[in-house]
Amino acid sequence: MKGIVSWLLGTLVLLGLVAAAVAYPLQLPGYQDLPFADLFARILTLLVLGAVLCLVRVALGATAADRIVAIDILGILIVGLCAVMTLTTGRSWYLDIGIVWALQSFIGSLALAKRLEGRSFDD
Amino acid sequence: MTSLGLAFIVLGTAFNLFGCLGLVRLPDVYNRLQAATKCVTLGTCSVLFGVLLASGLTATGVKCLLTIIFLMLTAPVAAHAISRGSRRGGLPLWPASTCDLYPMPAGGSEEPGLEGDEAGAGVGAETGANP
Repeated sequence: MKGIVSWLLGTLVLLGLVAAAVAYPLQLPGYQDLPFADLFARILTLLVLGAVLCLVRVALGATAADRIVAIDILGILIVGLCAVMTLTTGRSWYLDIGIVWALQSFIGSLALAKRLEGRSFDD
Repeated sequence: MTSLGLAFIVLGTAFNLFGCLGLVRLPDVYNRLQAATKCVTLGTCSVLFGVLLASGLTATGVKCLLTIIFLMLTAPVAAHAISRGSRRGGLPLWPASTCDLYPMPAGGSEEPGLEGDEAGAGVGAETGANP
């Protein structure tokens, strides 16, 4: 019974966060004069909310593997955020940040997974 | 073309958000990995494809195409490496799991899994010790 109550409470908190992100989007600079400016504001806010949820898992994660998974997912998510920022601001170097982040995140995930297995890096 | 790109971006954002919800809500490392990796990889590829459609074949579009190929090649490899490492490191399944196709070797694993606090110290010590 207690498990069901806490599950419902967590679901309500997450639904409230999503509803708040849709209702009150962040005012990031650069997209106010575009067509579909409201839609871009909501998209950017929802992507930032996903990144915050990944960081919540990093903070709460019970084991090291949870944190590694969350950082890997965060690295993939930031690539999409950088792509949307490229479209809204018109500056093409945001996508370069995304490409480099994806590369470093991949190499870091492989190294941490090898370390998680119990082997050293040059094994 | 811009409207089609926007539709792809909205679809990818929804996929990303559901993947992150699964990362927060599910009970186990393997469940979280299974929920988050597929959703977030395909959602990010959809967002990049939408940016490619909205911006045309400029430098931004070609970079989006390269990033899609790179993510499709590397994200499953990283996820598989993490799950394999945590399984071989001796991390148990969720107790309510019903199917275990790769059971633990008898007598436990030969090398203990890493705990959260020992990871940083162990990394520094071992890389310093190896010539």
